[in-house]
Amino acid sequence: MSIDAYPLIADWITTRDGRLLVHTGKVDIGQRISTALTEIAHEELTIPPDQIDIAPVRTSRAPDEGMTSGSNSIEQSGHAVRCAAATLRARLIALAVSRLGGAPKDWRISGGVLRVPGSNRQISVLNLIDEVPADTEIDRHAPFLTRPPGTVAKPAMRGLSEMVLGRFTFVHDLEAPGMLHARTIHPPHARARLDRIELKTTDRSRVEGLHIIRDGSFLAIAGSQEWPLVQASVQLAKACCWDPGGGVPETDVFTQLVTANASRFPVIDGVPQNSGVPDALPKPDMHARYERPYQMHGALAPSAAMAHWDGETLKIHCHSQGIYPLRTSIADSLGLRHGQVDITHVPGSGCYGHNGADDAAFEAALISIALPDTPILLKWSREDEHSNAPYAPAMVIDLAAKLADGKIAAFSAEAYSDTHGARPRPGPNRAGPARLLANRLRADAIGPVPPQPNMGRHTGIHRNLDPIYAFPKKRLVKNLVTGGPHRTSAMRCLGAAANIFALESFLDELARGQGADPIAFRKAYLTDPRDRAVLDELQRKTMLLPDLPETGGRGIAYAQYKNQMTRVGICVDIDTDDRANIYLTRANIVADAGRVIDTEGLSAQLEGGFIQAASWALYEAVTWDRDGILSRDWDSYPVIRFGNIPTIDVTILNRPEDKSVGAGEASPGPAIAAIANAVFDATGIRMRRMPFTPDAIMQKAFAD
Amino acid sequence: MTLKLHINGKTYGVSSDPGTPLIYVLRDELKLKGSKLGCGLEQCGACAVLVDGKVEMSCVTAAQAFAGREITTIEGIGNSALGRRVQAAFVEFSAAQCGYCTAGLIVATTALLHRDAAPDRAAVTTALSPHLCRCGSHPRVLKAVDQAARS
Ligand code: FES
Ligand code: FES
Repeated sequence: MSIDAYPLIADWITTRDGRLLVHTGKVDIGQRISTALTEIAHEELTIPPDQIDIAPVRTSRAPDEGMTSGSNSIEQSGHAVRCAAATLRARLIALAVSRLGGAPKDWRISGGVLRVPGSNRQISVLNLIDEVPADTEIDRHAPFLTRPPGTVAKPAMRGLSEMVLGRFTFVHDLEAPGMLHARTIHPPHARARLDRIELKTTDRSRVEGLHIIRDGSFLAIAGSQEWPLVQASVQLAKACCWDPGGGVPETDVFTQLVTANASRFPVIDGVPQNSGVPDALPKPDMHARYERPYQMHGALAPSAAMAHWDGETLKIHCHSQGIYPLRTSIADSLGLRHGQVDITHVPGSGCYGHNGADDAAFEAALISIALPDTPILLKWSREDEHSNAPYAPAMVIDLAAKLADGKIAAFSAEAYSDTHGARPRPGPNRAGPARLLANRLRADAIGPVPPQPNMGRHTGIHRNLDPIYAFPKKRLVKNLVTGGPHRTSAMRCLGAAANIFALESFLDELARGQGADPIAFRKAYLTDPRDRAVLDELQRKTMLLPDLPETGGRGIAYAQYKNQMTRVGICVDIDTDDRANIYLTRANIVADAGRVIDTEGLSAQLEGGFIQAASWALYEAVTWDRDGILSRDWDSYPVIRFGNIPTIDVTILNRPEDKSVGAGEASPGPAIAAIANAVFDATGIRMRRMPFTPDAIMQKAFAD
Repeated sequence: MTLKLHINGKTYGVSSDPGTPLIYVLRDELKLKGSKLGCGLEQCGACAVLVDGKVEMSCVTAAQAFAGREITTIEGIGNSALGRRVQAAFVEFSAAQCGYCTAGLIVATTALLHRDAAPDRAAVTTALSPHLCRCGSHPRVLKAVDQAARS
């Protein structure tokens, strides 16, 4: 827990230049954590939001909160800042009492000022904070301030006003005196190795005056002007002769995701067990298999990083989600002490997991070490990002059920995939360095370490494998299948996206088979009033919807992320045409994320999750052949565009008495399933493999 | 002869090679970094600028092709009342998450409303379809566009 490691108020809240400075180890990756933290500090200390800053997240100063992932920023950092601010308020009142008299209960706080009503005694909170001793510990039981609704100012989203003016700084926009731009020339695929470089005389003139950095198969080029550098990097790439090392295996990955290739673990109550896998359900009444292909993060901005090595300290600015584990992994790769590497987070474009950010940071570091005392700004190209960032692994989920009187008497779920967790974190066998792409290419290469099964609760492959529904008997199995053709790692929701797609499609198949109402069918297995409340609200909203056109369809789905975080019910309306195009027309999202802090931010996360999942469901699949990745740009890897955005209606059930939980990953799973269910409703075709492209739907129609 | 470009009402003498795609001149030489590079392939819309009032991608076409034309980047969008209205609507509806697509979308919206003060949904989606947003801010962007058109 964040407070355990950082127990002082000053770890989280200080002042600077007469303004409040909030410290956090969670980075803002578009999930609006900085807006939420501003709001929390404002709620507890009443200082106007425009006098509150969020400190840059930097390894040498900020609390080490590990990774920003799993939708837990609010739960961890938010809780720590709230407790620190509440403690601080009590201390400030005590100081005011000792200074100006009265009893604590006489003092009121508002607008960042402490005052005794009916007197002229008052003192500004910001002026008093520095007098609280630096070693004051946080009191976890300090009461939170409750104020009547409407008296709390809602801070505007952090950075938004700069974004619309074009003044928001991304890592790509950094400048430093004497800075060089850099590009890396990546191999055509992971197995290829650089044999030799054959520069023709004409190309030579282009690269003259530029710096070429080579370490084994790691190749980079740097120069002072960006465009000449980009052109030179293209020439240099053409001059490279690669040894293909056997090429990329072209086998159909779905045929590889089977029991024979897997390390298998039964899952009980969301947790994998080191014990024998129970036998499959004998003669199930229903059985179906659902599939998700490799998919990519596809961040709008290719990864970038700035690095500067002065012979003693390596300073890095990057958009990694985990600057602390990255620091350790980079230091270990280079034989530096951890303290010699100082990483500051600077925003990149929206990030949905482990994309190229960490690899780019390390590559920039390698270039800066070759060119000391020179700030290096490395930017990947679009192709680099598409073909080198880790992917979400392909997945297969096998579901089966035995029925008794139309009800599920026994349920079985087996999920198969490669790892969802290959972030550069320190671990045995130099796991951190081994997971940085460039280390696999350097002369002194560190090969990939085989991934270990993640045995945590609702992690990785088995996230949301365990249904939230009370089926009398459950048999759940996690199957880790390693050695696939591509490097895979964490992407938004991890296994939950495909597991929820599978389960919620399967329930739809069962309910429709019985002619049952899909919401009532689910409610029969749910007893928790909060689950039922979400579905009741979804039902109410659904009843108000206009009738569908002849060619339309409607689907619903429900899930609670990790069975313990945000609950989301979704109803999707679609329309279709005779070429099997799917048009998303309307989505109703109902969510319960506990106590709501930043309503707008929460809605934005739920909507954004829906849209990204709709893109996965309808468009996205990584393709490749023997010679490398074929999905190299936005034409060869299509994604959702403005032409297919539904009207989205979000309803949030506020639970002021419950803790706040993150929602960034709660809507995608049910979104995919609701779309699949709507496709069936419209067409009678059951799509069990993403993406549901017109071609795939047509093929399925002919096969059925 | 050095290339001269008219950008946001000012004239800049440019020393980059005239064959340099405009975005690199804007960002690297002139330090106008509000326009973003997302693909360099005219596929994502992040680099969009106004050229004589129309949207153009700046990541492929050479700077010299823009000589004698009026370029408006995100930094200059607020010079017009319409541009300011679009910016205000994006703020009002929180029409961004990471904000990397925002400059291009504001440029495209301003161009759209300039030629069609009350576009229907089809006209809006046609105008915005060259622009990607990977954070899923689309519904908010669409609301912001409607709001800017109404006000
Ligand atoms: S950067 Fe120009 S369209 Fe993508
Ligand atoms: S807000 Fe991140 S890409 Fe649009």
